[in-house]
Amino acid sequence: MTAPADVGTHARQHARWHWSEIAFWILALACAFLFPSRYLIMTDIVRLALFALSLDLILGYAGIVSLGHAAFFGVGAYSAGLLALHGVITEPVLALIAAGLVATVLGFVTSFLVIRGADLTRLMVTLGIALLLEALAERFSDITGGTDGLQGIEMAPIVRLFSFDMFGKVGFFYSLAVLFLLFLLARRIVHSPFGLSLRAIRNNPLRAAAIGIPVNRRLIAIYTIAAFYAGIAGALFTQTTQLASLDVFSFERSADLMLVVVIGGTGYLYGGLIGAVVFRMLQEVFSTLTPQYWQFWIGLVLVVIVLLGRQRLHRWVLWGPNLVIRQFDRKAVVAVPESDAS
Amino acid sequence: MTSLFTNLFDGVAYGMLLFVLACGLAVTLGLMNFVNLAHGSFAMAGGYVCAVLVNQHGWPFFAGLPLAFAASALIGVVLERALYRHLYSRSHLDQVLFSVGLVFMSVAAVDYIMGSSRVFIKIPQALEGQIDFFGVGIGRYRLMIIVICGLLTVGLQLVLARTRFGSRLRAAVDDPRAASGLGINVPQVFAFTFAFGCGLAGLGGALSAEILGLDPYFPLKFMIYFLIVVTVGGSSSITGPFLASLLLGIGDVAGKYYVPKMGPFVIYTIMIVILIWRPNGLFGRTAAR
Repeated sequence: MTAPADVGTHARQHARWHWSEIAFWILALACAFLFPSRYLIMTDIVRLALFALSLDLILGYAGIVSLGHAAFFGVGAYSAGLLALHGVITEPVLALIAAGLVATVLGFVTSFLVIRGADLTRLMVTLGIALLLEALAERFSDITGGTDGLQGIEMAPIVRLFSFDMFGKVGFFYSLAVLFLLFLLARRIVHSPFGLSLRAIRNNPLRAAAIGIPVNRRLIAIYTIAAFYAGIAGALFTQTTQLASLDVFSFERSADLMLVVVIGGTGYLYGGLIGAVVFRMLQEVFSTLTPQYWQFWIGLVLVVIVLLGRQRLHRWVLWGPNLVIRQFDRKAVVAVPESDAS
Repeated sequence: MTSLFTNLFDGVAYGMLLFVLACGLAVTLGLMNFVNLAHGSFAMAGGYVCAVLVNQHGWPFFAGLPLAFAASALIGVVLERALYRHLYSRSHLDQVLFSVGLVFMSVAAVDYIMGSSRVFIKIPQALEGQIDFFGVGIGRYRLMIIVICGLLTVGLQLVLARTRFGSRLRAAVDDPRAASGLGINVPQVFAFTFAFGCGLAGLGGALSAEILGLDPYFPLKFMIYFLIVVTVGGSSSITGPFLASLLLGIGDVAGKYYVPKMGPFVIYTIMIVILIWRPNGLFGRTAAR
C-alpha cells in the first residue's frame, strides 16, 4: 500500500459494513420477537437511541457540547402532537417528517448563535434556548396545554395500513424502522468527505480552517442535521406515547442524554444506541432498588465514569469482544471509539 | 410610584443575594475555567444545615448563618481535594458530566434525608414585616440581606485587591506555572478559594431560604441564574459579576411584577442576546485563557 493511498483506503475500509454491525441490527430485530411482552420499554430505548444518535452527531463528530438538546426533541414532540391533534397531517410518517423539519428550521436558526463563542458560551446558549422554549410552552398554554400537556392525541394508522395497538407492537416496529433508516443516513454522512471534515474540525478548528474547510458552514450544517434527528425522536415520542408535556424540554432530559452518549462512547454512532440500552437497563435496576431516588445512582455513575476516564473505561469494556473477534480474524477490531473532543 | 421603589429595592436585595450565591462560581468558572454546574448544591447544603440547626435544635438564626458557611466550606474543601482537583485539566465535557452527576446525587440525597417539601427557616421576630420609609415599604429581612451582602462584597473586593492572598490568587489564575515558579502554592490557593466560594454559597443558601425557597431541586432551579451571573458578568474582576447579579435581580423582580405572564422568558432572552453580542460577558476581558 502506497502512502498517498493510505488515508483514502483507510476511510473507505472504515465505511464498509462490518459483519459485527450486521449482527447488531439482526440482534435488534430479534429482540422484537424474543421479548414480545416488552414492546413499550423497547420502544423507549429505540427512541432514546435515535435522540442519542442526534447528540453524537454534534458531540462526537463536531465536538459541540450542548446542554439543551432537549429543545429540538421538545419542538418535534409538540409539532407532532399539534399536527395530529388538529388533524393537519394525520398520516404519522408525513407528520414525523413535518415535525422533523420544524426542528430543522429551529436548529438552522439557532446554529448561528451556537457557533459563536467558545465552549462555555455554547453551553449557556444551548441551555438558554431549551429553557426559553420551556418557558414559551408554559406561557402559551392555550396552544400547548401548559403543565397538563397535550392530551387526547389520536394517531391515524401508519400509511393507512397499520394502526397503533395497545401493546405497542406496531409502535416498536415503526420506531425501529425509523431508527434504522436514519442510522443509515447518519452512517452515510459521517463516512462522507463531509463527515471526515467534521472530525478535522473537532480535532483542531484552526488547522481545519487552514486546510480550506469552511468551519462555520460545516458546523451549521451538522447542527441543523442533528436538530432534524432530535425532532424526529421527539415526534416519535409523541406518536408512540400519544402525549406531549412540558418535561420534553427539561434540563434533566438533556443531561440524561449526555450520559447515554457518554456511556456508549462518542464518535462511532453505535455509542448512542448501546448507551441507550445500557442507560434504560440501569434506570430499571435503580428504580427497582430505590424507586424514588434512582437519580442518585445515575449521578454516581456519571461521576465514576468521569473519574475513571471515559477512554479507559471503553478500552476495558471492548477488551472482551475484541479478544473474541481476534480469534476469528487477525485484523478486525470491534468499533473502537475515537478519542473524544477536548 | 412607591411600588416602583419597592420593586427596585426587592430587586437589589435579590441581586445581592444572587451575587453572594454565585461569586464562588465566578472564581471557579470565570477565573479557574472549571465548569462547575454543582455550585447550587453547596448553597443547598448550607441552607439545609442552617434549617436543621435553627428549626430542630433551636439555635438562633444569626448563629446558624456562620455554621452554614462553615459546613459548605468544609464540604467544598473535602470534595475539592478528593475529586475536583483531578478534573482541572480535563475537557469541559468531562467537567460538565461530573458536576451534573454531583447535582443529581445531591438532589436525590437531600430528597431522601430531608423530604421533598419546601423548607422554611424560622427568622427572628425583629426581621419580619416592613419599615415604612417615606411611603416606600421596605422589608426588614431584605434590608438585612442588602447590608450583609454589601459588606461581604466590599470585603471581597478589598481582599482581592489589597491583600497578599488576593495577589497570590490573581497570579495563580493568570499563569499557574509562573506562579508556582515564584513559590506560590497554587493547589493550596485554589483549594482555599474553592472552599471559600462554597462557604459563601452556603451562606447565600441559608439567607435565600426565605426569598427563593429551599427544596431539593434548588441546585437545578437556580443553576442557570448562577451561570448567567458569571457568563454575563465576565471574569475580569468581581465588579462584573456584581453588576450582572444586580441587573439580573432587578430585571427578574420587575419582569415578574410587570409582565407576570412572560415568566422567565425575559431573562433568558436577554442572556442569549448579551452572550451573542459579547461572548466574554458584558464586563469581560477578551479570551479568558
